[in-house]
Amino acid sequence: MAEKTYLQAISDGLRTEMRRDNRVFVLGEDVGVYGGAFKVTLGFQEEFGSWRVIDAPLSETAIVAGATGAAMMGLRPVAEMQFADFVSCAWDHLVTVAAKQRWRAGTPVPIVLRLPSGGGFSGGPFHSQNPESSFAHIPGLKCVCPATPEDAKGLMISAIEDPNPVLFFEHKHLYRRIKGEVPDERYTTPIGKARVHQEGDDVSVITWGAMVYTAEEAAKLVDASVEIIDLRTVLPWDKQAVLDSVRKTSKVLVLHEDTRTGGFGGEIAATIAEEAFEDLDAPVRRVTAPDTPVPFSPVLEKAFIPQAEGVANALKELISY
Amino acid sequence: MATNTAVDVVMPQMGVSVSEGTITKWSKSVGDTIEADETLLEISTDKVDTEVPSPASGVVTEILVQEGETVEVGTVLARIGGEAPAAAPAPAAPEPATQPAAEEATAAATEGQAAPEPEPTPAPAAHAPQPAAADNGKAFVSPVVARIAAEHGIDPTQVPGTGTGGRVTKKDIVAFVEAGASPAQPPAPEPQAQSTPEPAQPVASAPAAAPAPSAAKPAAAPIPATVGSAQAGETLEPMSAMRRGIAEHMRRSLDTSAHVTSAIEVDMTRVVQIREKLKKEYQAAYGVNPTYLAFIARATIETLRDYPWVNGELRGDQIVTRNYVNLGFAVELADGKGLIVPNLKNAETLNLLGMAKGIAEIAKRARDKKLTPDDVAGGSFTITNPGGYGTFHGTPVISQPQAGILGTYAIVKRPWVITDEDGADAIAIRSMMNLTLTYDHRLVDGAYAGRFLRDLRERLQGWGETDY
Repeated sequence: MAEKTYLQAISDGLRTEMRRDNRVFVLGEDVGVYGGAFKVTLGFQEEFGSWRVIDAPLSETAIVAGATGAAMMGLRPVAEMQFADFVSCAWDHLVTVAAKQRWRAGTPVPIVLRLPSGGGFSGGPFHSQNPESSFAHIPGLKCVCPATPEDAKGLMISAIEDPNPVLFFEHKHLYRRIKGEVPDERYTTPIGKARVHQEGDDVSVITWGAMVYTAEEAAKLVDASVEIIDLRTVLPWDKQAVLDSVRKTSKVLVLHEDTRTGGFGGEIAATIAEEAFEDLDAPVRRVTAPDTPVPFSPVLEKAFIPQAEGVANALKELISY
Repeated sequence: MATNTAVDVVMPQMGVSVSEGTITKWSKSVGDTIEADETLLEISTDKVDTEVPSPASGVVTEILVQEGETVEVGTVLARIGGEAPAAAPAPAAPEPATQPAAEEATAAATEGQAAPEPEPTPAPAAHAPQPAAADNGKAFVSPVVARIAAEHGIDPTQVPGTGTGGRVTKKDIVAFVEAGASPAQPPAPEPQAQSTPEPAQPVASAPAAAPAPSAAKPAAAPIPATVGSAQAGETLEPMSAMRRGIAEHMRRSLDTSAHVTSAIEVDMTRVVQIREKLKKEYQAAYGVNPTYLAFIARATIETLRDYPWVNGELRGDQIVTRNYVNLGFAVELADGKGLIVPNLKNAETLNLLGMAKGIAEIAKRARDKKLTPDDVAGGSFTITNPGGYGTFHGTPVISQPQAGILGTYAIVKRPWVITDEDGADAIAIRSMMNLTLTYDHRLVDGAYAGRFLRDLRERLQGWGETDY
């Protein structure tokens, strides 16, 4: 057990699997010599060689398509997008081919796409998005969004083990800011299982990724017992854990950093309304980014990404409802 | 004229037998301006759905009863004009306790005219979310509170609320349950006092008398069996007030009367011929269609004179007969989702033209939802006419507390054996119709019903050119 940053934990998980299983290899732009845009694979090429740590041309289409082909031939590729935003270039190979291959032909496509996502550092509209809800809508994919270093390592290993295409949304704002104890040995964190980040009785916050910490901060600003559920995985998502929490507190805030309309929070809110209507003591609230691209300006970006004060205000309204 | 003094809008008395109504829709909100006679809201009673016009012009200053709530006739629903209430809408629950206060406030406003604040007024308009016992029951009850209330047989209006506007929160009702509250009680929110059965009338009534309801604590009254989620392929929709009324009435009628149906075949050929002649004349002169139903109704009225029990009623152990016929007609609503039975009062005074006009007019008002509750009350006999769809027989349900209902069916051309003047039989093509009389066998015997049908048939078959 050692304290590791979120980024080191991802790296650790990846290295663990590459050491254990020769079929696992990484590919992406600058992942080799340079060690990756965020240095997740720093030192990997030295350890595993350039055939298992491949610097790919600047084409997300080629990266995802190549990974898909390799997976169908029995390998376990882990492909990095420099920024999650760029995965849209590979939409066709990911959504049309990889997600449907198993259904269509019975062949598993065990690829992992690492998607550095999220804002909070003035990355602007092309380098700050949280596109998980777009992919949560695609049957055949899995989408994980770890919030803690421990889950980052455990979910990375689960993602590599999984026979389906798994999108690994790693939040850039957590990379070096969040540290935590991470077991040294190999372990897996189950895909599709939420985690109670903080227990409470008065109101539930359902969230994931960096917003787990925003919720934690907001909870300190209100005079109530707040339960925070970290989904960890949005596809499949842990409906039971959410409903259990709703049944306990009867008041729910769904919080995500992604924009509002069509965001995954809507799916959660609708499910709560369908399956726990008679347990609700207040309308389900959503706190999300507004429906605009992510702004560059630090002031505007702060206004765009949900902040602890705003979440606290929404919590207060729910508590006093 | 706009009012300086507040004018109360109350739940109207929609007919003698109606004691309460449900607000289905507010057409105006607080702050909106309204003209006298402009529609302010829509209400639904177990008899009719109707619009309520504003009694005055002015600004809607208060809305006291929300959509979906059912209140007694005479309950103040809204106020037009006058001074807007200082704080939150005053709770105007029709509790006797709050009534004087409300009246006082109104009186003060009347005298004080535009005076900013008519001094003391025991204003129930408290702002702070104190346990506003009078108000919270009228406020929104959240799903979880509703469920807990149902499970424990609690009236949520008896729970002190601490939520916004005095709303009862889940915590409030859970605390109430844990404090050992007893089920739905009248006033006094003092759970302790009620949990001990008070021997108010000790063994007053017969041994069968159940324990006083206050003592009876239904162990978690189960949610009605009808509540549930739809199975695959099913859709759920709530019953309308009308549908609930129909369901209740149909069941009650079958539980009350001993239904028996007799049928008879009527040769309508003459009526068909006469109607053809009259049609043009009536249309041109009066804009009215002399329907078969009008002919049958006329003949029925005449026949009922001789069979007063068919137009009668069993009331306790008395038999009621009448010197009038309030003739009901079953009318399907335009949306096909309901049926209503308005009646023509004193139908015995109507000739064929009057009958045709009356039926057309009342059917139109029924379809347009313009009936008044008195249109549907007080019927003495009913005709239902499913024949328009080609049915040739049926067993209608009696509209309580009447003793009979006549069913009329499709007129079809059929080969029929007739006997000519020379006594020779021949097969002719005749316009035939079946009639049924469904009667309450408690009052009407089979022979009596048979004679009624026979006479009715003779009247129709022998309809003369000059009869009306």
